[in-house]
Amino acid sequence: MTLWLIIVASGVVTYGVRLSVLVFVHHSALPRIARDALRFVTPAVLSAIILPAVLYVGADQHFSAGPGNERLLAAIIAAAVAWLAKNVWLTIGSGMAALWLLQ
Amino acid sequence: MAIAGRTGTRAVRSRCIVRVVVERVREESPLDTNTDSRRAEFLAGLRAQLPLLLGVAPFGMAYGAYAVKTGLSAGLAQAMSAIIFGGASQFVATRLIADGVPGAVIVLTVLLVNSRHALYSASLAPHTEHLPARWRWLLAYLLTDEAYATAITRYRRRRLAVASGDAAPQGHWFFFGSALTLWATWQVTTGVGVFVGAAVPDSWSLDFALPLTFLALLMPALRQRPALAAAGLAGLVAVVGFGWPYGTGLLAAAFAGMAAGMALDRALPSDGEAEPGAAP
Repeated sequence: MTLWLIIVASGVVTYGVRLSVLVFVHHSALPRIARDALRFVTPAVLSAIILPAVLYVGADQHFSAGPGNERLLAAIIAAAVAWLAKNVWLTIGSGMAALWLLQ
Repeated sequence: MAIAGRTGTRAVRSRCIVRVVVERVREESPLDTNTDSRRAEFLAGLRAQLPLLLGVAPFGMAYGAYAVKTGLSAGLAQAMSAIIFGGASQFVATRLIADGVPGAVIVLTVLLVNSRHALYSASLAPHTEHLPARWRWLLAYLLTDEAYATAITRYRRRRLAVASGDAAPQGHWFFFGSALTLWATWQVTTGVGVFVGAAVPDSWSLDFALPLTFLALLMPALRQRPALAAAGLAGLVAVVGFGWPYGTGLLAAAFAGMAAGMALDRALPSDGEAEPGAAP
């Protein structure tokens, strides 16, 4: 029951964000600083999720930044592919393939 | 179409009738001038979304499998795709639920992860403000990274076409076609992931699809130095704050990254021209 509440509330706030300027606020009424800040949510949050997921590994989620961390090596290969190819599918494919080979 | 090549009174009369009908429909409904152009725009939007589905379909399956693997029921996993409809935030919410993080922090984190949609909303608003409210409520529900990217491209081309004297196409039908294609794919692939997920062993490291997909979304943005600064500082704070309670490390990382991006953006002389909506 609690989980349903969390998901519905998450859906409501997400819908609220999507509705924000399209329906509730006129786009010209947004303060400049808000627009500036929102531009950097994506790189900030994505990076904040990627790095711990790559650097804290194993069942005990210990920190590892050395060559013994297969996920780090696979992520570096995938990052290079993403940089060059700008393709989600190729990035996932190369990263997963690298991880499977290294493991 | 065949009429256009003929000569004679029949063809002229036909064209006149078509024009009268079109004008009458325009008077009755200024938005929906022509069923054919609506369908054409919808299908064009669908086609524009197809290449993106190659990335979205495995992501949807990865989500469905991941959600079930972390202990969510199939119903909850599927409902999240319909109610939240945001891949990144669904992964994060699933992870935080599995970690036993308090509900308020989960909702706040989902809000933060999806807050980039406010930028999309702001960027698309000038193109949709003429639409009735029901259209804007519908398009807002379907708004995603992929729908935004395809729709804004179409709207910019349309603006050029209008400037050169072309009739205004039904841009919102393109937006709808693109967004609905993604929505349907997301719901179906979530179901496939949920169903197949129970059979996927841990050794496949399916959870790694999450950071990999985010890498694919992140890397192109790093060509701009302020975005690189935002990602760099946010990543650093997230690694340092990994053990912080209730996902506060992620929140602190996001705000630190946003501050770093803004600071560098203002320090640099117009690096990465700051047109709203041009950001990835």
